[in-house]
Amino acid sequence: MIATGFGASVRRKEDPPLLRGEGRYVDDIALPGMLHTAFVRSPYAHARIGRIDTTAALALPGVHAVLTYADLPESVRRQTLPLLVPHPAIRQPFMPYALVKDEACYAGEPVACVIADSRYIAEDAAQLVEVDYEPLPAVSDCRAALDAGAPRAHYGDESNTAARFPVRAGDADRAFATAKHVFRELIHQHRGGPFSIECRGAVASYEAPTQTLTLHVSSQGAHRIKRCMLDMLEAGDHEVRVITPDVGGGFGPKGSFYPEYVNVSVAAMRLARPVKWIEDRRENFLATHQERDQYWDVEIAVDADARILAVRGQLVHETGAYVPWGIVLPWIAATTVPGPYVIPNFKLDVLSVFTNKIQTTPVRGAGRPEAVVAMERLMDRVARELRIDPAEVRRRNFIRPEQMPYNVGIIFRDGRPVTYDSGDYPACQASAIEASGYESFPERQARARANGRYLGIGLSNAVEATGLGPYESATVRVATNGRIVVYTGATPQGQSHKTTLAQIAGDELGVEIDAIDVVTGDTGGVSLGIGTFAARTAVNAGSSVHVAARAVAEKAKRLAAGMMECLEEDLALAGGFVCLRDHPDVRKSLREIAVKAVGMPGFSMAGGLPPGLEHTAHYTPDRSAYSNGTHVAEVEVDIETGAVTIQRYTVAHDCGRVINPLVVDGQVVGGVAHGVGNALFERMVYDEHAQPLSTNFGEYLLPLATDVPRVDLVHLETPSPLNPLGVKGAGEGGTIPAIAAIAAAVENALEPFGVKITEVPISPQRIVELLGNHALGRTA
Amino acid sequence: MPDVRTIAVVVNGIPYRRDVETRTTLADFLRHELRLTGTHVGCEHGVCGACTVLVGGRSARACLMLAVQCDGEEIATVESLATEGRLNPLQQAFQDCHGLQCGFCTPGVLMTLTEFLREHPDPSEADVREALTGNLCRCTGYQGIVDAALAAAKRVREGA
Repeated sequence: MIATGFGASVRRKEDPPLLRGEGRYVDDIALPGMLHTAFVRSPYAHARIGRIDTTAALALPGVHAVLTYADLPESVRRQTLPLLVPHPAIRQPFMPYALVKDEACYAGEPVACVIADSRYIAEDAAQLVEVDYEPLPAVSDCRAALDAGAPRAHYGDESNTAARFPVRAGDADRAFATAKHVFRELIHQHRGGPFSIECRGAVASYEAPTQTLTLHVSSQGAHRIKRCMLDMLEAGDHEVRVITPDVGGGFGPKGSFYPEYVNVSVAAMRLARPVKWIEDRRENFLATHQERDQYWDVEIAVDADARILAVRGQLVHETGAYVPWGIVLPWIAATTVPGPYVIPNFKLDVLSVFTNKIQTTPVRGAGRPEAVVAMERLMDRVARELRIDPAEVRRRNFIRPEQMPYNVGIIFRDGRPVTYDSGDYPACQASAIEASGYESFPERQARARANGRYLGIGLSNAVEATGLGPYESATVRVATNGRIVVYTGATPQGQSHKTTLAQIAGDELGVEIDAIDVVTGDTGGVSLGIGTFAARTAVNAGSSVHVAARAVAEKAKRLAAGMMECLEEDLALAGGFVCLRDHPDVRKSLREIAVKAVGMPGFSMAGGLPPGLEHTAHYTPDRSAYSNGTHVAEVEVDIETGAVTIQRYTVAHDCGRVINPLVVDGQVVGGVAHGVGNALFERMVYDEHAQPLSTNFGEYLLPLATDVPRVDLVHLETPSPLNPLGVKGAGEGGTIPAIAAIAAAVENALEPFGVKITEVPISPQRIVELLGNHALGRTA
Repeated sequence: MPDVRTIAVVVNGIPYRRDVETRTTLADFLRHELRLTGTHVGCEHGVCGACTVLVGGRSARACLMLAVQCDGEEIATVESLATEGRLNPLQQAFQDCHGLQCGFCTPGVLMTLTEFLREHPDPSEADVREALTGNLCRCTGYQGIVDAALAAAKRVREGA
């Protein structure tokens, strides 16, 4: 029995170096002769770029080069950055060049790259680069962008629509025509961002003798960045290696490919010196992808008993200036709407719209939190209008466990029907209701109201597609000195892969996790990889490690059986040895077996086995494993100041079998905090010219330790039948239902004043505005 | 021309004498001049707290101080906490309570709490949360951090 195996609350392997200040993040890399960069960025959201004069900048002592579009290599000038997920519905696949060619389309788009002895000098020189900008009209709001007369985000384009597509099931219009009750909501989720505490960064170095470029980059997937670099540089597969060291948080946007990576690489090759770029926080606000700008106009049709007949409407999604992830976000949002409910008829008209702002790409939740807000606001509306408890409305509409696997009736972005694999939604909500004291809340609320205090409770449910394919790689290798290493394309940013993947491998190899090294995010370690995002690693990488480690164990037994002259089935792996089950002292070490496995010059391989005590697996899930959860938020709203305090927060969460409860709890609780930010604080503000106005943490508020509640967690474990470990993703389930639950709780608290919450984040200012004359207790 | 001064500082008990440009921040001096990269830079405007170090025993934002302001000072960074690689009680509590995920904000959080727990050996949860309001963490939701601080305080009080 492995003490640190699957299911154990193991302390993390990652922690000791990180706690000693010995982490290796990208800015900790210092190479001999390394130079530093600063980018000249467009101050306008939309402008034509004329002459660029770099004379003064180049004259500054310590400046080595200034790159503009014209200075880039031909292969980089010829093409825009790769569109990661193309789709036929994309009308105009606009993507940026590595440096602006002639038209800047958001404030912060890189126009020139200065390379100097230090960042200080590079920033001095960036000020000296003279750029002739001809400002063009900019479009800031994605609804306004749809007006025929609106300025175009890309000059001369016939419209600002990036893509338009329907998502349908059944016949929604017919169901609406005869429905007993129809309710409509207009809902807006404001733009926010990832805001990992470590900004982005990259260090490129070019070794002339081997003609190889090594790019260290703070990313969520080294292999995809390598593929993009191969395209941009037209380099050979052997000429580029991408390594992602420790990453200080990602939350989605570090999974994208950015112009800065191309520039540092070009500079390193041209100057034959290592070149570093570390994003500062202002750049991070300007130029790292964001999310969550969506307007929903949705209706629900229910019968007299509050059973859902249909949902229909329109989703206007803002993609920003470009479409690096295609229509992934609005598609995920649209297909997440039905959640745990039976919705026989569904129709959503989905528009993705260009504006002159930094692109939106997946941020923790990836379109799902928005969808859940839309659906759950509709459910609360039904409850309010029909005077039925919100939990009861949901109970009447749940997909029942015996309906699994359940075909939702709509098509996911892989072109296949959305089919839930497993889950018990009624049980999940029941657990949350019990743990949260939901049933006794009305008494608490009444008592508080009698004292002039306003408590509210809100409930939300969500179902999340996790473990998306295509695969994740894992090589498990026992080196000839007996050390075990797992290589994977998964690229963690705090998700504890080095611990959880070692737990999975250790079970098969009969060792504790300390005996296993896990190497992530290095294209030199394993040839294929996708990366860590979309709550996909437990399913994809976990299963691959499981399959690969099991194959290595089988191979070790087969070789040992030959060496020990016994039967394979009498052997077991334990403590770094293959031993006789009944006589554990009769054994061969993994080291001896590994040496045997690599063969000896002049001798044939034993038993026709392929060489090496190693195996590479690419587990390819057939379809998504669906996690689910219920959140219950209890809040107090101060009607004088509009301040919202979360008093109590309960999560019931089902992500299948849990590899490490400590880690999963951390993922869920951390995810809730992100949801709290989206619900109450995080507002990325632009003016009508698409100028960003919130570009620091004084203006854009992240939740603090005093804002985030302690989370009471209940785990349900419905194993996924789709993968060998029975796991589902856990990285985003904390965030997805949180915003809807908090919005519902605030509305419930303010029920005596008739306040409706249809937009997030809900600021104190906005609450006071909505309270109108009720604020300050004027009519209380 | 760059304005350069000579400063003398003691960092984690080791004296250093260096010529620094007057505009060099303490964070950049520690990270790039002394190669003590445990101190992280998260916002460079004094909000996130990732760069928190102790200057003369008091917590300070290394991104908002210039290295020259520290002439003659004693500075402690996260690298001072462990002894011969062995985690101190606060660090150990962070591992035990899953008080870190990506680990980037952690050095600043540890230095904030080092000062706080020295002055408040028996804090309430509310005290700890208040003390942490100068440090942003995007991963943990703070729960593991709060638990770690309380656990460490208890262990130290009990002489563990």
